[in-house]
Amino acid sequence: MTTIYIPGDSSALSLGADAVCRAISREAAARRLEVRIVRNGSRGAYWLEPMVEVATAQGRVAYGPLSPADVPSLFDAGWLEGGAHRLRLGVTEQIGWFANQQRLTFERVGVIDPVSVADYVAHGGYQGLRRALSMEPAAVVECITRAGLRGRGGAAFPTGIKWKTVLEQPAGQKYVTCNADEGDSGTFSDRMLMEGDPLSLIEGMTIAGIAVGATQGYIYLRAEYPHAWRTLTQAIAAAYAADYLGRDIMGSGRRFELEIRVGAGAYICGEETSMLESLEGRRGEVRVRPPLPAIKGLFGRPTIVNNVITLGTVPLILREGAEFYAGFGMGRSRGTLPLQLAGNIKRGGLVERAFGLTLRELLYDYGGGSASGRPIRAVQIGGPLGAYVPHSQFDTPVDYEALAGIGAMLGHGGIVVFDDTVDMAHMARYAMHFCALESCGKCTPCRIGSTRGVEILDHIIAGRDPARNLERLEALCELMLQGSLCGLGGMTPFPVQSAVKHFREDFSGRAHH
Amino acid sequence: METSPVDRGPDLQRILAQFKDRPGPLLEVLHTVQATFGFIPPETIAPIAEYLNLSRADVHGVVTFYHHFRSAPPGQHVLQLCRAESCQAIGGEALAEHARKRLGVDFHDSTPDGRFSLEPVYCLGNCACSPAVMLDGRPYGRMTPERLDALLASVDTQTGVDE
Repeated sequence: MTTIYIPGDSSALSLGADAVCRAISREAAARRLEVRIVRNGSRGAYWLEPMVEVATAQGRVAYGPLSPADVPSLFDAGWLEGGAHRLRLGVTEQIGWFANQQRLTFERVGVIDPVSVADYVAHGGYQGLRRALSMEPAAVVECITRAGLRGRGGAAFPTGIKWKTVLEQPAGQKYVTCNADEGDSGTFSDRMLMEGDPLSLIEGMTIAGIAVGATQGYIYLRAEYPHAWRTLTQAIAAAYAADYLGRDIMGSGRRFELEIRVGAGAYICGEETSMLESLEGRRGEVRVRPPLPAIKGLFGRPTIVNNVITLGTVPLILREGAEFYAGFGMGRSRGTLPLQLAGNIKRGGLVERAFGLTLRELLYDYGGGSASGRPIRAVQIGGPLGAYVPHSQFDTPVDYEALAGIGAMLGHGGIVVFDDTVDMAHMARYAMHFCALESCGKCTPCRIGSTRGVEILDHIIAGRDPARNLERLEALCELMLQGSLCGLGGMTPFPVQSAVKHFREDFSGRAHH
Repeated sequence: METSPVDRGPDLQRILAQFKDRPGPLLEVLHTVQATFGFIPPETIAPIAEYLNLSRADVHGVVTFYHHFRSAPPGQHVLQLCRAESCQAIGGEALAEHARKRLGVDFHDSTPDGRFSLEPVYCLGNCACSPAVMLDGRPYGRMTPERLDALLASVDTQTGVDE
């Protein structure tokens, strides 16, 4: 019986994957062919979705993008044996776009059945946890430190140091929390991992629990991800059923419980202390630090707060060793990063590569330039709080320090592409507007500053004394940078200032395009 | 206007009992209340507060802090349209304008016949397929004004089949 992989990933669904799936089932039944359909995650080549793979003697052969109308002709072409067809893309892993990636964190995404523990284990799953259970907790933490893993949520803080702080707190209730409130526009790697390989996150959280002595984990998942919730829920149930979660993990006598808590549409809850408030059932208002969450976090107890990608990478590091992971990357940015190409881009999707490739390689070699065919004018890296980067800086390597060196930040690795029709004054105004919408209200620079920022930009856009208003905007940005309690108010100036700096012609108060 | 009072008491007590002894349960309670009634009915605030040993202000404060919680019933179909940068970069604003005109309402509002609610959303995580919308929890990518019209028409005639 032939196995056919049809993505159940929500982006693939948004392009009609369910309708394609129904058409394939129907056609196979009509031809009395027995097929096994697996709803896998997406390989991340979204311009080819719905991309369906057939397991053949040559390997998995990809066809896409498919519509239900293509299905009869695919069967006619003998696609179950990998037959030729105008939509045949080739053996998936030999397609250049995949072959040129270094998929570590995403090694199983799009490959396996996301909710099958057996499939997960057959592809290297739970070897990391097995190793961790045989090690001293401090040695597990040390392994993560030596691997050089830094927080992939955006702050890039060394994960091992965070874990060490929690480990060193006196015994008692500790927590592992996963920040799955992926709110940055242009990012979807957390979603893809949770929909495509949720057990890697579950295993990573379990290893974290073993390492620091925490018995309870929470995944704080955004409400906008109902499909990820469904997949995660099934995967957690499967892990419990197979004793990879619960009172006696893998017969070790160690305990780890895991639960999902759903957010409610507040961007600020991606900030770690706000997330903890929300997990406790309160308004997501940020906490003053110190104390750090690692010392006094959820319900006042020592707590690990890590992003989905950070935790999802942990099992691989334990399985392959710290040196293997640290062998990828450049400078102080070790390992790989799942980058996300979004917005006005021809070949949008997920590219996992070791740190060090340039923006230009990403945007043109992988991304194929803009979707509109017009010149790329700017990219925004790292979400709504990230800087706008002009064409002249596209030779900058993707590396935490190199991007910081040009006043930008990598954040969670999302890159939103804009062509030359973009009005950067409008985008600067949007940055302030978004901050005003999402401010938790606790500190004045963010709560009031963002609204003043919108007003000043409205003056500039309307051509009312742009020179003087640009000075006021600059002063306001400095105040927000220096005086805000957290990154929302403290980083909203980045897109604004970078837009002014690199695209000043858009701020002269005249209409442009 | 006829508004027959609905007794939500028994349903609410059943929901609350599920969350007895759970740490920090308010958001989960509110999610379940909204999933049951479609919104957070104002008369449920006091019993929720009492059950969880919170003040009514605490509960009201949480309901109003989060964009996801509604204090009034939504339309029969909820269209969430992404307004964030990735979608803006490739036609999202024109799509938003089209949706407003087509439905004749602004964001955060419902059509007078109660058929549709239009809600802004700041990222659906479908950014490689921008512009993105979600209709009644189903995602749709690479949306155009024409495709949006077809999508809205398909649920408006409600055949129960989506293809």
